[in-house]
Parts: sequence; structure tokens; C-alpha cells
Amino acid sequence: MAETIVPPRTYYWVYGTLLTLTLLTWGAFHLRLPHALALIVALTIAISKALLVVLFFMHVRYSSWLTWVFVGAGMAWLGHMLILTMSDYVTRGTVPGW
Amino acid sequence: MAEQRTALAHQFDDLAQQYEASHLGMWAFLLTELMFFGGLFVGYTVYRTAYLAGFVEGSQYLEVPLGTLNTAVLISSSLTMALAVHAARVGRRQILIRCLLLTMLLGLVFLGVKGYEYWQKYHESLAPGVRFNYAGPSARAVELFLIFYFVMTGLHALHMIIGLGLLTVLVLLAWRGVFSAAYHTPVEVIGLYWHFVDIVWIFLYPLLYLIG
Repeated sequence: MAETIVPPRTYYWVYGTLLTLTLLTWGAFHLRLPHALALIVALTIAISKALLVVLFFMHVRYSSWLTWVFVGAGMAWLGHMLILTMSDYVTRGTVPGW
Repeated sequence: MAEQRTALAHQFDDLAQQYEASHLGMWAFLLTELMFFGGLFVGYTVYRTAYLAGFVEGSQYLEVPLGTLNTAVLISSSLTMALAVHAARVGRRQILIRCLLLTMLLGLVFLGVKGYEYWQKYHESLAPGVRFNYAGPSARAVELFLIFYFVMTGLHALHMIIGLGLLTVLVLLAWRGVFSAAYHTPVEVIGLYWHFVDIVWIFLYPLLYLIG
């Protein structure tokens, strides 16, 4: 697939959004939310920022389906590693007799 | 006019296929990097779950304003990198060189702030394995948090240093006029690498600095 020339205006918009999200996550930190809620807010913002970088700065939005498969595979395996590991550690001691 | 490379390597059908192959190759490398950093993030999650109070206590010693500043600096360097790739695509050599140099400058600012933070930790005796002196019921967990801090940010900084080396090569090649609208794949794939390093920091910032 040939490259798409993305207008710089798009990059400036993404940049502004990324900075706004950074300020938001910093502001949310100062609200001193309960720990679990604070983590959800911080990670939601971080994932949104990462998606903006991947889709626009790294041009995945304009890339072939095969690139999408590669990126998706990376996220899927990272998810496997995190979820399978944590499902072990978090549930230890909760099953009687184990 | 310096060499203008548009040549199609013999193993590809056409330029589009060649372009796609180099991009996918870089993505495959970045996925191995994702699993590499991912292992550290999973280790961090396991120990954070086990010793939450100690991790919260440990993160109090990190300077949130400096972490926030560095996040803004790195995001800005991603913008200049994206603009560099754009300049390469439309064949604007001067703008390409300027954007690459600006990206390097922002990368150096980031490393400078990071270095200052490390120096500060050393002087506060909060550098595990080097100079660590901390008393309190959570001392061991605070030490563990700081080990994760130094290893994760240290490996991230190492990636930045490698990135700066790669950017230096790009600037030299751009200076010699190697890149054109028809050939600029190295700028594209090193751009992908730089953005990936930015993404790692996007997660390190809230997980290390903004706990509790």
C-alpha cells in the first residue's frame, strides 16, 4: 500500500489533544480519587494517548490491513501476558484446598 | 544532486510491496519491544498489587512536575518527528533536517531532566544498590518500587539514547541529500521507533509518578 500524505494540521490537532490529556491526567491525580478509580482514570487516559500516537503519528489509520493485524497481535499477546499472570496472582488463596 | 535512490530491490514485485515490507519489518521488531517492556509492566503490576502501600509511599519521592514536564517534552518530540516524516514524504530537505534536529534537541532535554532526577535520588540516598538509606515499616517495598523505577526508566532512557544515535545518522544522510519524496524509508521506520519509545513513557508516567 502506498503512503498517504497526512496534512500537518492533523498532527497539530493530535499534539494538542495529547497535551490536553496529559494535563487531564495530572489534574485527576490532584483530585485524590480512591485508588482503584484513580488507576482506571489514569490508564484510560494513557491508552487513549497511545491510540492517538499509534493511529496518527505512526500512520496505522492509513495503513494496510496487514499492519492492523501486526498491531492487533502485539496488543493481544500483551493482554494475554497481563491477564493470565494476574488471574493467577490475584486469585491465589481464594480456592479452598489449593 | 546526490544519489537518488528509488531502486527496487530484486526480491520485491513493486515499490509499494517494498514499502509495505520495510514497515511490517519495523512493526515486527516493535512487537518484540512491546513484549520486552510488557514483561516489566507485568512484573510491576504483580508487585504493585502485592505491596500497594509501599509503592504509593515510594512514588511520593518522585517529582510529579518534572515527570509531567518530561511527558510534554517527549510528546513534542513525537510531533516534530511526525513533521519530519511529512517533510521527507513531500521532499522538503531543509524542513526535514530542522525537524530531525529539533526532535534530537527535545530528546536531549528529556534525558537532561531524567539525569537530574537520578542525581537527586542519589543525593537523597534513594538509589537502590548504589546508595540507599531508608527507614520505616515499608522500607523494603519502597526499595522495590524504586528498583522498578530505575530499571524501567533506565531502559526507556537507553532506548532514547539509541534513538538519538539513529537520528544523528538520519540527519547526516538527509544532509547529503540521500532522501527524496521517492525514497525516505529510513526516516519512516526510525520515526515508528521514536513514537514507540514515546508510547512507553506515556504509560510509565502515570504508573510511576501518579500513584495514590
